[in-house]
Amino acid sequence: MSVETDHHDGHSHGSYKSYIIGFLLSVVLTAVPFYVVMAEVEISLIWALAIIFGLGAVQILVHVHYFLHVSVGAEDGWQFMSLLFTAIVLVIILAGSIWVMFHLHENMMPAHDTIERVRQLQ
Amino acid sequence: MTTVDTNAPATATSDVDYDFHVFEDAHAHDEEHAHETGTMLGFWLYLMSDCLLFGILFAVHAVLGQNYAAGPSPADLFEIDKIALATGFLLLSSITYGFAAINMQQNNARGMTLWLIVTLGFGLGFLYLEYLEFAHLWHLGATPMASAFLSSFWILVGTHGLHVTAGSIWLVVLLVQVRMHGLTPENKRRIMCLSLFWHFLDLIWIGVFSFVYLAGVLL
Repeated sequence: MSVETDHHDGHSHGSYKSYIIGFLLSVVLTAVPFYVVMAEVEISLIWALAIIFGLGAVQILVHVHYFLHVSVGAEDGWQFMSLLFTAIVLVIILAGSIWVMFHLHENMMPAHDTIERVRQLQ
Repeated sequence: MTTVDTNAPATATSDVDYDFHVFEDAHAHDEEHAHETGTMLGFWLYLMSDCLLFGILFAVHAVLGQNYAAGPSPADLFEIDKIALATGFLLLSSITYGFAAINMQQNNARGMTLWLIVTLGFGLGFLYLEYLEFAHLWHLGATPMASAFLSSFWILVGTHGLHVTAGSIWLVVLLVQVRMHGLTPENKRRIMCLSLFWHFLDLIWIGVFSFVYLAGVLL
């Protein structure tokens, strides 16, 4: 009995219905980007990337809600706060790395040309 | 004189504090409650640290993923239809684990065991497909040593594969535990921890197939 009440306090485990809703949403959100790439749909590269990353982000939210059952109230808010913290750190790591390294790459172009020239001499 | 006077009450209050803690712990029910939620929260924090680990590997791949060193590019190597199949296996294993968790809530050990075995089957199917892909790449000479793109690809996808392998071993151990001891509170807690772990791996795979495979083939 105590275990049952524990679970109701801390975590919700969902029902068949919520798992099936999450699963069907995931199937659609997975199938569309795969279709765009595999069927070589005639859209611009930017749109194709926007579809892949946009639907990927939505699917991550679907998983967090329907499969991981994260809620603002669980564990007195610690679960959601730690997730939020991790997400912020991840955004800093990813956006920062890509931004800094893109500029570094641009500025290193002359050296890259030199490498290509040396390679062609061999 | 004054120092002795101030020390004496300080030690007295800390003694009281200490007694208070022991008294709290003596409540068996409260302790069990705290232990239960503490484990789940602790495991959740581990998953968040794992999330940072994968985030760094994704960042490495974002930086190095276009450096082919005159070697093969994603469009030359990746077979998207097989990746779609592997993605399907992992997604199905997520929902079957969910069904196992529901059966566990209803104290239906038999139903839970059956769904966990189905989950294990999909997990092993995913690992088999990944093994085939890695063996194929290795055979083509697309080893981690070939280019920076392949180094970051192998470490990112390989780390995910290692996690799924560890999860599968954990699943087998839990199946044996449940068979030996039944659905004890400890086993239920372990199954809920593995549930978080398993769904988390499926979540990471969304990033892998979107970013590494689909976007990789397009770029």
